[in-house]
Amino acid sequence: MTMNIQSENFLDAANSALENSQRARTRNALGQSTPLKRAAAVERFGDFEALRRHVKKIRQHSLDNLDHYLQTFEHQALARGNQVHFARTGRELNARVLEICNQHQARKVAKGKSMVTEETELNDQLQAAGLEVIETDLGEYIIQLAGEKPSHITGPALHKSESEIAALFMEKHTLPERELDTADAMVSEARVVLREHFLSADVGIIGANALVAATGDSMLVTNEGNGDLCASLPGVLIVCTTIDRIVPTLDDAAATLRLLARSTTGQAISCYTSFYSGPRGESDPDGPLETHFILLDNQRSDVLASDYREMLHCIRCGACLNHCPVYVAAGGHAYGSVYPGPMGSVLTPLLTSLEQSHMLPNACTSCGRCAEICPANIPLPDLLRDLRRDEHEKQLSATRWRLGIGLHGHLARSPQLYHWLTGVAIKLLHKLGRKKGFFRRLPLASGWTQARDFPTPQATTFMRQFKDQNKQDHD
Amino acid sequence: MSEHHSQATSPPPTGNPLHVGFFVTCLADLFRPSVGFASIALLERAGCEVSVPVQQTCCGQPAYNNGDYPGAAKIARQVIERFSDFDYVVLPSGSCAGMMIKHYPRILEGEWHEKATALAEKTFELTTFLSEIAAPVPDQQFPEPLHETVTYHDSCAGLRELGIKQHPRDLLKNLCDIDIAELSHSEVCCGFGGTFCAKMPALSAKMTDDKLADAGDTGAQLLTGGDLGCLLAIAGRARRQGLAMEVRHVAELLAGDYSTPAIGEPQ
Repeated sequence: MTMNIQSENFLDAANSALENSQRARTRNALGQSTPLKRAAAVERFGDFEALRRHVKKIRQHSLDNLDHYLQTFEHQALARGNQVHFARTGRELNARVLEICNQHQARKVAKGKSMVTEETELNDQLQAAGLEVIETDLGEYIIQLAGEKPSHITGPALHKSESEIAALFMEKHTLPERELDTADAMVSEARVVLREHFLSADVGIIGANALVAATGDSMLVTNEGNGDLCASLPGVLIVCTTIDRIVPTLDDAAATLRLLARSTTGQAISCYTSFYSGPRGESDPDGPLETHFILLDNQRSDVLASDYREMLHCIRCGACLNHCPVYVAAGGHAYGSVYPGPMGSVLTPLLTSLEQSHMLPNACTSCGRCAEICPANIPLPDLLRDLRRDEHEKQLSATRWRLGIGLHGHLARSPQLYHWLTGVAIKLLHKLGRKKGFFRRLPLASGWTQARDFPTPQATTFMRQFKDQNKQDHD
Repeated sequence: MSEHHSQATSPPPTGNPLHVGFFVTCLADLFRPSVGFASIALLERAGCEVSVPVQQTCCGQPAYNNGDYPGAAKIARQVIERFSDFDYVVLPSGSCAGMMIKHYPRILEGEWHEKATALAEKTFELTTFLSEIAAPVPDQQFPEPLHETVTYHDSCAGLRELGIKQHPRDLLKNLCDIDIAELSHSEVCCGFGGTFCAKMPALSAKMTDDKLADAGDTGAQLLTGGDLGCLLAIAGRARRQGLAMEVRHVAELLAGDYSTPAIGEPQ
């Protein structure tokens, strides 16, 4: 197992998402408000471009020397009393986590938000082994209660309306009669419920936004502080992350941080930014007794060796989702992967296989807005197009498309034939559609006429008119 | 106008008119020749000598965007051969100009990469050329306004690959006295996306509906822009939805051609 996806159904899933008008409105509102928040934060910052270039260099340098920095990180983390594990696959990560839980006879696990463990479907594995797993990030908690998957990498429950969440809490929380008509009331209720779990969990699991090689620390940003409670209350802490999160120094982590919050929510900094350095020391009043880092590869080193290595520069801010017109229209679930939107449409095929997910790189109008705002300057539309090249080479796209594109190419390279054929076809179309001005239906253009009318062309092609005119000029 | 282009004249001796190779683009060639004629009229009003190489067809975007890089590269080499001898190459489309300027060098190697880069340097989208290289002489009088309120759709490729934003607005003001009623979300895609609109029609239509709603909110009766692909898609959706929004290419407005029926209207 690398990662389970249902991306083959993108089109059907997207089309049904369009029909849920309430959720479509929620997505539209987010698609309009989040870019404004980011733009304002970037404006306030000043020279955001310089910061983007700086962080790009950091990411490039870290990945160019990944082996060195991973070793340094391991060395430093071990020196601070951590245990460090490397996992080649999601299955290995899950098995290692389970092993640690079993060593401690753990019954309950409190989790902070971690896309990596969504990728490996850790919860399913732990629950199958009889462990109780509680997601403590509010968004993750909501979708866990609802039995759903995240629809966004930074806001997993953004697809759910307040009323849906209130109904969910009413159903799932066994609490006395109460009002849940405001977001504040729901947050307070979740706090109360989750507090019990933090206190009774045997193991805490969190993700990481960066791993600092020089110090052996991991960095985590949250807006709820739940990650800190997961990391400091249970006796055992496991940090699950991937090898590409590594940066050389604390300064580098801080630079990444300055990009991250502004790009994600438009905040200058998120409410909580924590560095985890290891188990409780002798003079420390609290903190975990035992700490583990599990560093997952799951295809990252293959990506590193490929033409798509720039994708590893991604800092998981989610800005490309918020700015993508296709994501906003289709919603995150349509992608059938924990990583949706532009970054997901590149990453999913790379982490799984193009065979299973080749629809995703096609879910793109090449509008370029993602590349414009990507804090890591990843050329997402180019990478998506390159994946379509791979799709074309592997003959994964529909045969009629490939034939059509091939035929068009041949014609385009035979100008005389092209002009003759188009001249005849356009004249005919003009005759048929002149009076009305458009066609409701047109053979060979059903993709177009399914959603829009086909405007009738003018009398004949430009090239023919131009040729005729020129003849007259010379006569 | 001459049908066949002459020998290389770059750089032009002082006093000689700029020799422009005009690439009409396949959509204007097939569906809206009036865009081509309007563009030529504007270029001639700007003092250019305009040639239209007869061997031109398409810039190769359908192949390129569908992942057929070798197919696109073949077309690119053909375009480079046809157009390299002019002082400038001008296209009435930001996305086709972007293809030639940004993407030909990306898909060609060696000697052809060099040629593509050299061609990219003298290739211009129409409104950019008319603003930065050769300005058309204004008519004595502004044409009678066609509509009270006009809005502008910035096509993504032109906007982001070539930075086309202010030039068409300035030209519309200077040549036609048209002030643009701006869209609230002018930098969001209209849903066309080349073959995207045929591969994913429902998603595409949703985006076009958002664009049309935004355009409607400006009070505009006319939407214009610099890329025929977007305009055909927007007009086609407007007709399907029974909306009265008129859609025309900016070249037609700039040339004062207000009489050709708008896109999708009876002829």
